[in-house]
Amino acid sequence: MTTPVLDCRDLRKSFDDLVAVNGVGFSVAPGETYGLLGPNGAGKTTTISMIAGLLERDDGEVLVEGRPLTTTSVSAKSAIGYVPQEIAIYPDLTGRENLRFFARLYGMSGDDLTRRMDEVLGIVGLADRADDPTKEYSGGMRRRLNIGIGLLHRPTLLILDEPTVGVDPQSRNAILESVDQLSAEGMAVLYTTHYMEEAERLCDRVGIIDLGELKAEGTRRELVSMVGERDEVLLALAGDVEAAASACRALPAVHDVSTREEHMELVVDEARKALPAILEAISYAGSAVRSVEVTEPDLEAVFLHLTGKALRD
Amino acid sequence: MRAALLIAAKDLRQRLRDRSAIMVAVVVPLGLAFVFNATLGGISTEGVAFRYGVVDEDRSEISAVFVDEVLPAVEEGGAIRVRSVPSDAEGRRSVEAGDLDALLVVPAGFGAAVEGSGAAEIRVVGDVDEPTAAQVARSIASTFVADLNAVRVAVATVADPHATDPAELDALVERAAAVATPVDVVDVTATTKELDVTTYYAAGMAVFFLFFTVQFGVASLLDERKDGTLSRLLAAPIGRSAILGGKLLTSFVIGTLSMATLIVATSLLLGADWGDGIGVALLVLSGVLAATGIMSIVATLAKTSEQAGNWQSIIAVVLGMLGGVFFPISQAPGFLPTLSLVTPQAWFLRGLSDMAGDTGWTVVLPAVLAMLVFAAVTGAIAAVRLDRMARL
Repeated sequence: MTTPVLDCRDLRKSFDDLVAVNGVGFSVAPGETYGLLGPNGAGKTTTISMIAGLLERDDGEVLVEGRPLTTTSVSAKSAIGYVPQEIAIYPDLTGRENLRFFARLYGMSGDDLTRRMDEVLGIVGLADRADDPTKEYSGGMRRRLNIGIGLLHRPTLLILDEPTVGVDPQSRNAILESVDQLSAEGMAVLYTTHYMEEAERLCDRVGIIDLGELKAEGTRRELVSMVGERDEVLLALAGDVEAAASACRALPAVHDVSTREEHMELVVDEARKALPAILEAISYAGSAVRSVEVTEPDLEAVFLHLTGKALRD
Repeated sequence: MRAALLIAAKDLRQRLRDRSAIMVAVVVPLGLAFVFNATLGGISTEGVAFRYGVVDEDRSEISAVFVDEVLPAVEEGGAIRVRSVPSDAEGRRSVEAGDLDALLVVPAGFGAAVEGSGAAEIRVVGDVDEPTAAQVARSIASTFVADLNAVRVAVATVADPHATDPAELDALVERAAAVATPVDVVDVTATTKELDVTTYYAAGMAVFFLFFTVQFGVASLLDERKDGTLSRLLAAPIGRSAILGGKLLTSFVIGTLSMATLIVATSLLLGADWGDGIGVALLVLSGVLAATGIMSIVATLAKTSEQAGNWQSIIAVVLGMLGGVFFPISQAPGFLPTLSLVTPQAWFLRGLSDMAGDTGWTVVLPAVLAMLVFAAVTGAIAAVRLDRMARL
């Protein structure tokens, strides 16, 4: 079994009487993107602040590449690239000066530093504005530089705290593509968001967090099935609709069948897997399929099911 | 250490691009020192010398010493101008008319009183609108009379009290004349080790604004927190002490550079005489440390850099006023001179004043030690509080 890049257990943090994080634990494998999905105030930032060694925890353990990490750790921190929710750059300095400063804090120097700065500027698309003061950058450019700083020292674990908040759609898309690319290159990514679409698009596994507790975690499919949500398949048919419905009812993956004129609606487990058998059954019953529409339950529905409230409440 | 240097270098780069920081660190103090020098520096020069009249109603050998030797000697220093007035009445009219700032009258019988047992005194008629001029005139007169009285008492204790030998009296007069030289008057500056006006205000403004310039380092920790970059620093593989060390180092370097620039600039542009280089360096370094310690504590009490700036400004002004950066607090009445010693500014200026007597750099050591005590105490408190401040 591959050693996880990040392994955190039973993290707890309170601020006076407020329990911000209560027993959160999960792991992230190399090349995996793990999403912490929850509404504002759910405890996402507090959790990753403890993981990144910014905030002292009341209890729990964080291991990065097998090394314990606390606020005073030095070696374990060097494996982490941290991208805070705020745009944490110095406006008086140029993009290149910002990168150079943080790269040196991580021990980089010489040709390696120069080469890596150029690489990162290319990744975040700021090569042509690298020598301008960042106070002259647009919001999206600052966001991208903010992420670039986290990538500089080639971390094995990249922690991104809501990196697309307040970003225009174009920059947002660029950020998501960058994260996809980094994950494909083998970097472990811990990604917090309250955008369900981002979690679904990026994350191999998702942890649903609310009121400081990890309500559930798993792949999207696991989460959906965990809460009993199933896929819906809507078919437009030509021929004997009722005969087709009878044939589908006999399939083990199909839980419910309803018909309306030339349309048939099925509730099934894992529609994409079940679809070949469904199409075959319909054909065997003497009907032809004119169109198919699959609706899979999303994480919004999972969140609603787990917490009793919508993600953006 | 490397991380602290990196943070300090980054902060210094930011500060150098911030023109307001350069204004506060160099331009404004230099400008104010120039203004103070231009407006107050002339008091002791020919432009605004006190105008005195002198009436010699006694016309004795001793009065002649005062009129012809003591007063001209003081006049040579440029602080006063003296002209002879025919009579007491005419002199008083001149004072009332504002033609004279004060009148010195050597009354008839002054010399006899000195030679005998009567009270010898010189009368001073002052202009109520020129109290300082009258005070200076009284000081000159009283110094002369006190010296004469001292000689008279001394002679009386060793001589036969019944002696009336003219030779003895002549000797008394000669000794009185010898003692009553203007040396004591001229030496007032040297014995109390006062800085000249130009140097005083150059040093005063430099140490006053030092307390503003050192703000930039420590208070920037609050900016880092506000801007989110503190979390990035805390996430980096460096100790928290490196962050704090970098901030304190920034304050120290900015303060030292500011002081060094002002010392060079005021020396070249205003002619300020700061004194022995080693002594000045020790005073500057210890003064910067003390200022950094005090302002660090103030910064730790604030929630935002704006709040810190406001509080630090109040503290800088209060300590500056009390420390005598705007006027020589050592000459103030009552307990103020003693109270001023609770400020590093007063010790800094005292150290420079001590060196003004050409006594070498070692005379600054008490002042340096005092400021190092300030630095140690405030620095220790600040370190504890800053450590809490550099957390999320």
